[in-house]
Amino acid sequence: MSHHDPSRTVDLLARLLGPAEPELTCEECFEELDRYVELELGGRDADATVPGMRPHLEGCPACREDHDSLAALLSAEPRTADA
Amino acid sequence: MLRTEIAPLAVSVGRSAMHDAAPSVDRSGADAESLGWLQALSGAGRRHDEAVEALHALLLRAARFEVARRGGGRSGDLDDLATQAADDALMAVMRKLHTYRGESRFTTWAYKFALLEAAVKVRRRAWHGREVPLEAEGWARLADRRHSPDADAESSELIAAVCDGIAGALTPHQRTVLVALTLDDIPIDVLADRLGTTRGALYKTLHDARRKLRARLSQDGLALESTMQGGRS
Repeated sequence: MSHHDPSRTVDLLARLLGPAEPELTCEECFEELDRYVELELGGRDADATVPGMRPHLEGCPACREDHDSLAALLSAEPRTADA
Repeated sequence: MLRTEIAPLAVSVGRSAMHDAAPSVDRSGADAESLGWLQALSGAGRRHDEAVEALHALLLRAARFEVARRGGGRSGDLDDLATQAADDALMAVMRKLHTYRGESRFTTWAYKFALLEAAVKVRRRAWHGREVPLEAEGWARLADRRHSPDADAESSELIAAVCDGIAGALTPHQRTVLVALTLDDIPIDVLADRLGTTRGALYKTLHDARRKLRARLSQDGLALESTMQGGRS
């Protein structure tokens, strides 16, 4: 019944230790979120344009949820593809 | 029904925030539609009121989207939650209007306020009346992971070092925040409410705690990244 899954322990450690790279604060993340998501959906290099965003989204579940929700909302709009 | 709710809101918004412009903001990259929103919302009269009403409708749609996305459904109670979120988001957007830089479409910029308000309200509602465990020593449970079947020798060594780091390098407050956010999965907004602080301040505490732990691991010649490669290969 029980099965070994080393990735579970690694995931736990990743949550505890957070991202290794420099990251934005929550306030800076919110400030840049709209631009970052539009760049991502437009197929552009969002990480190069907004340094520190990706590590923050990896380390902050609440900001990650905000990001995913905005991306999902825009993806549901037909005109997003034209941006 | 929407009109009767919004009309007084439009008037109060118009009085409180419309003159709060910041001419130094460069909006040269903004598209025509976004500038149209900005002009209408920054102006006065009927055009302004119609723009406020249209904006509220957009924010309400975004808030409902977020509530539904989080499994909230569309019952009357939850629709009230979405309406409250849209109302609060509208006030936030009007207050921050002068900070819009035109680096995304205006509607995208505005949506994020509605999504944030809705997400925070849903999380607070889910935790309403529930006990929020705050235990600075809760990290000791982590030590049990060393003997878990999921932990190989390398991650077991890393867990031991992390435990040492938590015990020796962190303050009690940092321990409490670290345990609550990363081991007990308490939403950061909920924890901020209970501790009387802000999401940003709590994340700073978490960030500082993580940095101390990483520094301690580095001193010991350990790194999560090498363990990750082993654990996920």
